[in-house]
This record gives sequence, structure tokens and C-alpha cells, in this order.
Amino acid sequence: MTSAIHLRYEILRTLRNPLFSGLTLGLPLVLFYSIASAQRHKTFDGTSFPLYFMTAMAAYGAMWATVAPGGRIARDVATGWLRQMRITPLRTRTEFTAKVIGAYLLALPTLILLFLAGASLGVRLGATQWLEMAGLFLVGLAPFIVIGFILGYLLPSDAAAAALAGVVILFALLGGVFGFQLATSGPMFDVIKGLPSYWLVQAGKTALGGGGWPAEAWIVVAVWTAVLIPVAALAYRRLASTA
Amino acid sequence: MTSAPEAGGGIVLSGLAKSYGAVRAVRDVDLVIAPGETVALLGPNGAGKTTTIDMILGLIKPDKGTVSVFGAPPSVAVRSGWVGGMLQTGSPLDHLRVREIVTLMASYYPQPLPVDEVLQTTGAAEFARQWTTKLSGGQAQRVRFAAALVGNPDLLLLDEPTAALDVEGRRAFWQAMRGATAQGKTVVFATHYLEEADAYADRIVLLAHGQIVADGPATEIKARVGSRTIRATLPDVTVTALSALPGVRGAERHGDAVVLTCTDTDVALAAMLQKFPGAKDIEVTGGTLEEAFIELTAIDDSTDDPGAREAAK
Repeated sequence: MTSAIHLRYEILRTLRNPLFSGLTLGLPLVLFYSIASAQRHKTFDGTSFPLYFMTAMAAYGAMWATVAPGGRIARDVATGWLRQMRITPLRTRTEFTAKVIGAYLLALPTLILLFLAGASLGVRLGATQWLEMAGLFLVGLAPFIVIGFILGYLLPSDAAAAALAGVVILFALLGGVFGFQLATSGPMFDVIKGLPSYWLVQAGKTALGGGGWPAEAWIVVAVWTAVLIPVAALAYRRLASTA
Repeated sequence: MTSAPEAGGGIVLSGLAKSYGAVRAVRDVDLVIAPGETVALLGPNGAGKTTTIDMILGLIKPDKGTVSVFGAPPSVAVRSGWVGGMLQTGSPLDHLRVREIVTLMASYYPQPLPVDEVLQTTGAAEFARQWTTKLSGGQAQRVRFAAALVGNPDLLLLDEPTAALDVEGRRAFWQAMRGATAQGKTVVFATHYLEEADAYADRIVLLAHGQIVADGPATEIKARVGSRTIRATLPDVTVTALSALPGVRGAERHGDAVVLTCTDTDVALAAMLQKFPGAKDIEVTGGTLEEAFIELTAIDDSTDDPGAREAAK
């Protein structure tokens, strides 16, 4: 009961923010149609451009959606609402879980919308392939949720919003979200392959080919998540001791 | 959820102390509040009111001493839903309506009050559909009060609930507060408005520089200080000589007139007339709570630190 209502308002608060739907739904969709429709018969990175770019834009929107809880945390700290939460019976664990589930649920419309947009430009995948892609997103987005928490706990509201935007755009750019890759070989490519955003963008091609991510991708996402979670825990503890 | 707290525990603060660097925000506070009491923590800025309340809520860990809320540590009391708080900071969540935020708060507690009832008693019903970011100061204050009340806690802690409200707003707030807490809640509120403490609390705990300087009903506090003044026209007598009279705490001169602050006006008046028969236009006035307040909280003023309040936040 508690968590259901909490989760509902958590999501409602986000959806009512016009900036949120603009960044997670509007922008990726507009970019997808305006760029992919002209190149719908071209190939890129060893696959059809629409498939590549659909995955890239879904990743872009979903990254914005999953860092959004961090922005809300920073605002709740700034307004003092977090202190108010701490004097209610609401457990930190419940609050934390609601934010994680909320982040995924908020990323879902982006995926559905972009998958539909992709299909409208001729992207054809089987049901299991769509599901596999969605599943890979679920895993690959985890580090971004944690980055959101960290910046939300550490930075004041305005700075957190700016930093989160910076993180999303930087990871997107390096990961090849914008339809070009900064490197396809050499040391720069090794750096790029070490980013979770690169593997999100690859999720479409991976699903088409079947067989899932290579081990490298799982390791990258696991290491990012494993390293960031203790940082988030420290950031939370720092905040709890001062707030 | 844990059942309602055992009666008899009340709130017990013992040897409570908290410092922020060199600023001793709260020093050695002992206080027992019985269940059902309405207690005002009265004091100027930097007296330690907010720090004390934050320690009762478990938001701040004391350096020394213990807090017991209905026989349990603050964390247990908070988690069990026995405590509702209205903090000084804490503007309502954005992108929610008034009714939604009260509903959200209610969902956290094991035995909340009906949301509509709380909106009515706090006077928030008329703007229940308003966005929380579009409220006036008085409206926001009512929403925060409704949010603290809706969980139906046994203990309500209100940190300067009427700060930034005009006189009419304060009156309306306390009226709502009285109606809402008639059914035997323990209420502790911080204020620096004497009239509020006097009018709405069973008991006043006066804090200054992190210490309790007086504790009791308003009348008792006045009696303890016994601050009454004698005014007289009396030229050619030094302030020092007047101060030395029995029953006199201090003396001031304003031209020909003198003002004596007394611990006992009867003794002081007799002594003054005996020693200085020339005194004319004599007036004896009873001390107001305001005077008692100034007198009590002025003690040890030299160690006051204007940073204390900021740090206490």
C-alpha cells in the first residue's frame, strides 16, 4: 500500500514535468524520424541504419529517463523534503526501491515509442528479438540509475541537473548515439567499448544477430554498476549525516 | 507496525548536548514531557530550539545524553509512526497537488486520519486542488501542518509553525491546531512569539544559549523572575546607589527619572523611600512575560554566538 502510492506519485511527479517528456520522448522521436527517414535504406555499423538509430535514440531517451530520479533527489534535498521523509515511517529501502522501479517504468514509454517508430521505418524483428533488446536495456541502464543517485545526493539542485545532462550527453556522444562513432579501432575504441552507453546502442544489432551481448559487454556493465553502488552508498551516508 | 506507545513514557531528554564546532547549540538539557501535554519551547534565535527538536526526531544525533520518545529511541518512534513533525524547512513536493501530498503522507503511516477530514480541520480543503508550488505562505504552512497531522501521530513536533505568518494567519493556524489536537496528542512547538506560548501551551520551557532557563506554566515563570519595575522621579542619586537597594536587580536613569528592575517591589519600594524620601511620581508595574523573557534570556549573553542558529539548521 505504502510503496504503491509512493511509486505512483514518484512517477506522476516526473511525468508532470514537461522537460522530462520532452527529453525522453519528444527529442529522441524527432531526431529519429528526421535523420533515419532519409537514410532508411542505408547500412551503418554492420546493420541497417534505422535499426541502429532506433536503438541509439531509445538508449538516449532511456538514459535521460533513468537519471531523472537523481534530479528529483537533488530537488528534494534542496527543498528540505528529504528531511520531512526521514521523519515518517517510510523506510529508506522502500524509497530507494521506488526510485529504481520508477526509473525503469519511466524508461519504458521511450522504448515502446522508439520501437514503434523503428517498425514504421521498416525495422523488422521477431517478438523474442524485441524482448531481448528490451532486456539488454534493462541491464545496461543500471549504471545510469546509480549515476543519477550519486549526483542527486552530492550536488545542489541546479548543479545536479546540469551534471546529469552533461553525463547523458557525454556518454551518448561517446557511445555512438548520434549516428556516428568517434573511433572504430585503436585505443579510443577501447575506451568507447568500456562504456555502458556503447553496449546499449549495440543492443539492437545484438538482438538481430541473436546470442546476446559478448562477455565483454556484461563485464563492462557489471563493473560500472559494482563500482558506482558503493560510491552512491557513501554519498547517501554523507548526505544523511549533514541533512 | 508497532502498536500505539505505552502511556507513561512521554518524552524524556536527559543530559542532552550538541555542539557545532565551537558553538554549543544545546548543552545539558534535561526535560520530561508527559503524554498529552502541550509544551512550548520558547527562546530567541540560536537558543537551541531547532537542534532540540531535531534530536527528538532523530534527525541529529546528540553528542551526549539520550532521547526517549514513549519509551523508545527516536528512530523506533519515527518508524512506528508515533511522531509527526513540521520542520522549519521542507517546502512541499513540486508537481503535486495539495490533496495528493497529504494522501502521500497518509500512506506512510499505519493508522492515518481520513485525508478529507485533515484537509477540513487544517483549513486546506479550499485549496486542495492547487499545485503545491502555487501556494501563499499561509497556505503552504497549512499544507505542511496537514502533512504532519494526517499520520495521526501521538506526538506532534512543530518547529516555529507560524514563522513568516501575519497576525491573522497565526490566529487561524492556532485555531486549526487546537481543533485538530483536542484528542489528547502530545504537542511540542518551538516559537519565539511569547503570546503564542502563553496562549496555546500548558507549559513553557524557556531556552537560551542551549540551556533551559525556566520551565513551568506562564504564570510560574513570571513569578520566578519576579521582574517588576518601579519608576520614579529622583534626580541627584547615582544608579549605583539605587542598584544597591535591597530587592533591586538593576537601575537605569532617563534624565530625572529612574527605572528600577526589582526582584521584590515591596522591599525595594520601602527601602527607596526610606533612603531617598525625595522620590516622586512613583509607579509600580507588574512584569510582562515579554520582560521576563528578555531578562532570562539575557543571562550569559557574552557567550552568545550569532552563528549558532545557522549552525543549528
